[in-house]
Amino acid sequence: MIAKALTILVFYLIGEGISMLTGQFVPGSVIGMLLLVVALAAKIVKPENVDSVAQALIANMVIFFLPPAVGVMNSLDVISRNILGIVLASTLSTMLVIATVGLIQQKIGVRRFRKRKKER
Amino acid sequence: METFLQSHLLWLTLTLAVYAGSSWIFSRLHLGILHPLLVSTVAMISLLKLSGVSYETYAESTDMISFMLGPAVVSLGYVLYQQIDHIKRNVTSILVSTFAGSVVGVASVIGILRLTGADEAVIASIAPKSVTTPIAIQLSEHSGGIASLTSMAVVICGIFGAVAAPYMFKIFRISSPVARGLAFGSSAHGVGTAAAVRMGAVEGAISGLAIGVMGVMTALALPLVSALMRYID
Repeated sequence: MIAKALTILVFYLIGEGISMLTGQFVPGSVIGMLLLVVALAAKIVKPENVDSVAQALIANMVIFFLPPAVGVMNSLDVISRNILGIVLASTLSTMLVIATVGLIQQKIGVRRFRKRKKER
Repeated sequence: METFLQSHLLWLTLTLAVYAGSSWIFSRLHLGILHPLLVSTVAMISLLKLSGVSYETYAESTDMISFMLGPAVVSLGYVLYQQIDHIKRNVTSILVSTFAGSVVGVASVIGILRLTGADEAVIASIAPKSVTTPIAIQLSEHSGGIASLTSMAVVICGIFGAVAAPYMFKIFRISSPVARGLAFGSSAHGVGTAAAVRMGAVEGAISGLAIGVMGVMTALALPLVSALMRYID
């Protein structure tokens, strides 16, 4: 388990390094994620070098957002002044993005797996 | 009493307890608006306000929880690898649909906020809302936005997108797992991805990929759309 955690941390660290060198435009974690895919595809890293730890982290991902989400309490005044716009823009725009991306991908993407039906 | 209220152990324990409790409620009732992140956020803010403890103290106490987000995003590379065939077959459509999504996302935010009379700083703060927090803050600050407002909009959209997406899939008959995953990740970044993972392996992996792709696409779309909308004005 330590070895698997280490593998993930090393990729995170390399990602952070590259991110810092490139002006932190793309977060180190996202770069680390892409590097891990490449390393797995190139068979530099075997799936069993990360599997159970990676699965555990992903399965519990929501709670990792909780502390930053609570940070909202520091900007309650700006929010209350612009509440209508923020709520309308966030909800409507999010729905538009879901519909746009989902429909275009479904229309022009490869549809081999369309039949599979699974809710929730 | 004072030191007890300020202790890291207390807030770390409360955070896990509140999250475990709200997850339990969600697993029983399955109501979208009772998303565990939403319920826990409201509960934690109430507890902090009631006890008069600052967010700074809370952030320090829960540092090890927020740190885990980084390794979790890296871990998405593992599920992405397992679904690599889906990605290879859909490279063009993934790029086209996320770019369209980022243009629609940015344009609709600017349009709606102008109609409600919000000031430019608020518009700049919310325009990159569909993107993962670190990228969104970079984009927002670059165009004169307020970082805390941006991170709030990102969290709101994350929760809302994760909750709304399953209903949207039904309304628009979006059944392809790749399309669903892409919609989750590009509208609601990591929070959407957590929901996508629960829907299926393909959905989760593609959603993780969409976080990165959407970040890059929004960076491209933001200056383009802003310039265009200024021209129309």
